[in-house]
Amino acid sequence: MDFLRPATWEEALAAKAERPGAVPLLGGTDVMVEINLDARRPAALLDLTAVPGLNAWEHAADGRLRVGAGVTYARLIAELGDVLPGLAQAARTVGSPQIRNRGTVAGNLGAASPAGDSHPPLLAGDAVVEAESAARGTRMIPACAFYLGVKRSALAPDELIRAFWAAPASGPQYFSKVGTRNAMVIAVCSFAIALHPRERRVGTGVGSAAPTPRRAQEAERFLAGELDWTGGAPLDARVAARFGELAARAAAPIDDVRGTADYRRHAIAVMARRTLTWAYDDYRKKAAECA
Amino acid sequence: MRVNLTVNGRREAVDGVWEGESLLYVLRERVGLPGAKNACEQGECGSCTVYLDGMPVCACLVAAGQAEGREVRTIEGLADGDRLDPVQRAFLDRGAVQCGFCTPGLIVQAHDLLSRVPDPTDAEIREALAGNLCRCTGYEKIIEAVRLAVARGAGPA
Repeated sequence: MDFLRPATWEEALAAKAERPGAVPLLGGTDVMVEINLDARRPAALLDLTAVPGLNAWEHAADGRLRVGAGVTYARLIAELGDVLPGLAQAARTVGSPQIRNRGTVAGNLGAASPAGDSHPPLLAGDAVVEAESAARGTRMIPACAFYLGVKRSALAPDELIRAFWAAPASGPQYFSKVGTRNAMVIAVCSFAIALHPRERRVGTGVGSAAPTPRRAQEAERFLAGELDWTGGAPLDARVAARFGELAARAAAPIDDVRGTADYRRHAIAVMARRTLTWAYDDYRKKAAECA
Repeated sequence: MRVNLTVNGRREAVDGVWEGESLLYVLRERVGLPGAKNACEQGECGSCTVYLDGMPVCACLVAAGQAEGREVRTIEGLADGDRLDPVQRAFLDRGAVQCGFCTPGLIVQAHDLLSRVPDPTDAEIREALAGNLCRCTGYEKIIEAVRLAVARGAGPA
């Protein structure tokens, strides 16, 4: 095994082009587990910790946030929790403090596990993955086009994730996760919602209930049409229930060690209804304050 | 490969490190500091918790090469000679130690909590220790020990 330690982003891209089998390494919370347990023996590790700038985030010119691949969950929670609340909530459910001190959203993206906690809020918030290769330069991949299959993503073998982009929340966002216990747990299933009041649009993300994280598009369209965007009326219980049903219909879960497909479908419906209730309550409160 | 790092204030140049090796293995088997314990090797149990550049991490999930040029503080680096750190003292006084295997990780994690949050709530203590498994104590004595350290004013050290 080789340990590659590029000192610049250009060196990292060159290394990845020359050694497409090299496994990018940042927090190590996934990769090192596989190596420790002898489940994987990559030909090379591509350690990105020394690459300058990866651990920074910035407000881009278009108003969105550009969050470097090396920004840990802990920093995301502390520094971006108020602007990316859905993602920060999901980050708070990742592993333990020790894991959150190392793990990154980019690592979650790179692993592309259907159960990755950051995927549903990235989908609900229309995040975009910034990938780059030495040969073809930068490519912007919307989260909804990023996940291709179980642990398969749109990332090419010579590409590295440099950052992700997401707009600061313009409305309430919530994340909910079912686990077999309270901490240190992989999702049985999860759900994220984001209200986008300016466009009167709803974003969703379904986690760990299909081969890939995915949006519940029918549920999004339904809710966007039914929601009282003036915030005047309380949430119609039938609308909330229907939203849950449609969200569950977007799922294509399997039976496995963590839960049955039936349970997952049911839980998605419940989480969709609950997160919507929380989000809409916040929305109404805000609308009442502004009135 | 060779890895240069600072451990508990001492510079170490460690030779013959395998590229897939963890920081935990380097600390225990090459530097000779067995305080951080090797149990699950997948970040689940927290027994190998050490500070890396001031941040508690599972040493089993840090590739040795990633520690190049960085600063590590282990459980062995918390006491000042024979004078125990207040968190260590509280664990002893409260009997929060049984077999002792999880203790170093718990103490480093509690030490970090108290350096950031001088007067944590029980919920904050539980969340901070959520990634540290103990198979003997039932956790009550551990939580009591952290509260005792708080009461004694254990702060940034």
